[in-house]
Amino acid sequence: MSATPIAAQPPVWRRLIGFNMLTGLALGIGGWFLGAWIGGQMAVGHPYLQGTDQNDVGIYMGYLFAVIGWLVGLGFANYPIGRLLGRAPSLRHHETGSWTRYFRLCTDHKVVGIQYLFGVGIFFFIGGLNAMLMRTELLRPVEQAWPASQYLTLVSLHGTMMIMMTSAFILGPFGNYFVPIMIGARRMAFPRIEALTFWLVPAAGLILLSAIAFGGIATGWTGYAPLADEGRAGMDAYVMSFILIAISLTLVGLNLMATILTMRAPGMSWTRLPIFVWSVLATSILMALAAPVLVASMTMVLMDRAANTSFFVASVGGSQYLYENLFWFFGHPEVYILALPGFGIVLEILPVFARKPLWGYRLAVAGMLGVTLLSFMVWQHHLFVSGMNAGLRPFYMLTTELISIPTGFIFLNAIGTLWRARIRFTVPMLFALAFFFNFLIGGLSGIFLSDVPSDVTTHGSYFVMAHFHYTIVGGLVFAFFGAVYYWLPKMLGFELNETLGKIHFWLFFVFFNLTFFPLFAAGFLDMPRRVSTYAPHLQTLNIFVSASAYVIGLSMLIFIANLIWSLVFVRQPAAENPWVSRGLEWQVPTPVPIENFDRIPVITSGPYEYGVPNALPVADFAPGALPAAGR
Amino acid sequence: MTTIAGEPVPRHGARIFAIWLVLTAIAVPLIVLVLGPHLPPPHMTVESVDQRNANIVMTALLVPIALLVLVYFIYSFVFFRETTDAIVDGPPIKGHAGAQLLWIVLTSTIVLALAVWGSYTLIAGAHGAGGGQGPDPAAKPTGYQHALPVQVIGQQWEWTFRYPTYGGIETRDLAIPEHTLVAFHVTSLDVTHSFWAYELGVKADAVPGVDNIAYVNPRHTGLFQIRCAELCGLWHGHMSKKGRILASSAFQAWISAAQKKNASIVKYLPKYSRVYYPAPLRRAG
Repeated sequence: MSATPIAAQPPVWRRLIGFNMLTGLALGIGGWFLGAWIGGQMAVGHPYLQGTDQNDVGIYMGYLFAVIGWLVGLGFANYPIGRLLGRAPSLRHHETGSWTRYFRLCTDHKVVGIQYLFGVGIFFFIGGLNAMLMRTELLRPVEQAWPASQYLTLVSLHGTMMIMMTSAFILGPFGNYFVPIMIGARRMAFPRIEALTFWLVPAAGLILLSAIAFGGIATGWTGYAPLADEGRAGMDAYVMSFILIAISLTLVGLNLMATILTMRAPGMSWTRLPIFVWSVLATSILMALAAPVLVASMTMVLMDRAANTSFFVASVGGSQYLYENLFWFFGHPEVYILALPGFGIVLEILPVFARKPLWGYRLAVAGMLGVTLLSFMVWQHHLFVSGMNAGLRPFYMLTTELISIPTGFIFLNAIGTLWRARIRFTVPMLFALAFFFNFLIGGLSGIFLSDVPSDVTTHGSYFVMAHFHYTIVGGLVFAFFGAVYYWLPKMLGFELNETLGKIHFWLFFVFFNLTFFPLFAAGFLDMPRRVSTYAPHLQTLNIFVSASAYVIGLSMLIFIANLIWSLVFVRQPAAENPWVSRGLEWQVPTPVPIENFDRIPVITSGPYEYGVPNALPVADFAPGALPAAGR
Repeated sequence: MTTIAGEPVPRHGARIFAIWLVLTAIAVPLIVLVLGPHLPPPHMTVESVDQRNANIVMTALLVPIALLVLVYFIYSFVFFRETTDAIVDGPPIKGHAGAQLLWIVLTSTIVLALAVWGSYTLIAGAHGAGGGQGPDPAAKPTGYQHALPVQVIGQQWEWTFRYPTYGGIETRDLAIPEHTLVAFHVTSLDVTHSFWAYELGVKADAVPGVDNIAYVNPRHTGLFQIRCAELCGLWHGHMSKKGRILASSAFQAWISAAQKKNASIVKYLPKYSRVYYPAPLRRAG
């Protein structure tokens, strides 16, 4: 590994082209026009393509060639072509260089992690802005701020963008950055695939945003089939971007799984694996198994729209149940793709600031694996009133309720870890503790939805919407910010301002609850999801919710202000281990050197041995100096 | 006070349990007696009463669980916090087999009991609980053969209703008689809708090509709200109207008036059928 030769300076023409985001964009735009032209030629002689007001084949070909142009422009073709021309394999020329490496193909897992952090972060803020615009419409019970079509597009963009981006919210930035360091590896198993997974994300995001120019999306993030078939060209953007994201998620899952299974340092036994890495492993299994189903279902929608097939058209033999089942077979593991990394983060943070070992480590692992297994068996609870075979309902009611048992393990881990602890309320700890409060409400409200009699009222209402925002925002997003405050000093090398962090936390926590708790009542009081008009007697409630939602937006601005203030103006270098954590990632220098470790460390002890008398240091960084440590 | 290594240690567990017990003893009666009657849905049908009872039972069961976790967390924030700036390690407790076993047994018992109770109320007690059961319902109420069939047709963006036992007439208003078992046959002409009659406790997806059946037993007369609960395009939020439960005689009067009004147009309607297939979809604007 360390014998990799340093590549010679690339030739002048390559440096002039650059192979960065700009060349990617240029070739992507060129590819769009080329593909649209080819699609136009393909449509000649097919009246059903020319008969409608748009040629979907041209649009899909345009997107396809745009993505190819984007990836070629970023330099993804250079390595295979170079190998065909007989050049030696090397990663090194991708891993050195100045700040510009953040804007080009880079195989250093730490660079990819930071690319993910900012890339996903930008889309998170666009999705959040959509939510603010939606809440503005809902200030009055009649259409007022936006026309109905634009409101629906906002709903769909918010949902789709948030689901797509938050799927990689933790595994993208923190999985890529920290998993290799935490298991004592120098890189991921497949560094080029790792870079590819990131660069598909901006492509998918930009394609999704292009829906605004093509008539919008009218289906929400679920894209139910007969409605999707009616939709205008914006629907093609939805389909294409979801396919790209699903490919990216599958590859992320396979890559992380391979890394964790094969690249652990000597002594990193399964019982010493940090709990965050366990959660990443569980999530990556879900991703690799569930996301391909999404590719399949989206491809069917694509065929129905572009080539007049009839997978989902009832009048010619199709069935929309096929779409609903395929979609939720992906969709329900997907919500645990969102939840599991959050479990990992909070259980990783808790012992550090409780100064105690993680209580019930094996139970936590069992809980995560149990959730992973069960999450493939619950999807039809989204279809309780759909007219599916009613005899199946008790089974899906049972599996859905069973999944709360392994989820409950995570709460017991927290309870045990806090028992007679020495809690310090740092900003990451506050976010981790808030996770449990929010997830408790989110999880318990899910029981109402799992029980068919009460689901009949709550299905498709604001109750559902409040429920999954409690688990995704209250769970995942709080865990994400916990991880940001916990790990950013190591990733970027600078301390974040603690006071601003605490203001961010309290505003976010209080107003998150004030926003979403009343929405349970809105659902109970007969307010369906995704409407721009509602019953007039619910206006006071909605104004209250909108006002609280704006304060969430404000808290996010405070977070951005904190980032800019701490990273641009103050620039207080962070200590190597500011939290006095035992985690392996905190024992390496800041900034982390390109290959993480001079020599592969030998792991000598578990990561959570706080207060254990005579505990060994977590790893031996100069193995050979000590005789046969470890295992 | 017990002691650990000679130091007196307060009995945290007993204290937490006592606080939780007091709060639960206050909360559960409040939920059942004060909050319960306000939980949805309003009790216009046998099915909606079953749903409300389910909501009351679950709220009364889940609030104590939430209280236990909350009381524990808040107690630990007060008593297990580090008061100095120093970073001091706590006791290295890595687990407790008994506590873990107890937790697993307790949560499994609650979950299994909920699932059994939920299945029982769904099938034996509530006969499908007002939810759409598809073309071949698994849980049929007694006397379902004599239920009044009412077809609910969803289309962008309007609900219409057909009464096959009254000449297959189609109306824009929904009226059903009191104290009569009604079978809603929900279907769609275009995309997926969801027929939601809030006060009736009925929700059934309207799916093209599918006859989705939901049973309901109206208990007393009054108005109820109809909405669409599945996103169906631009005017999804406008698919709302009021339906009526009428006394039997009033229903007879209403339906014969509707038949008279429909007499001249009923021959232009497609023949009554469990599902309809209009011409293949064209892209809407």
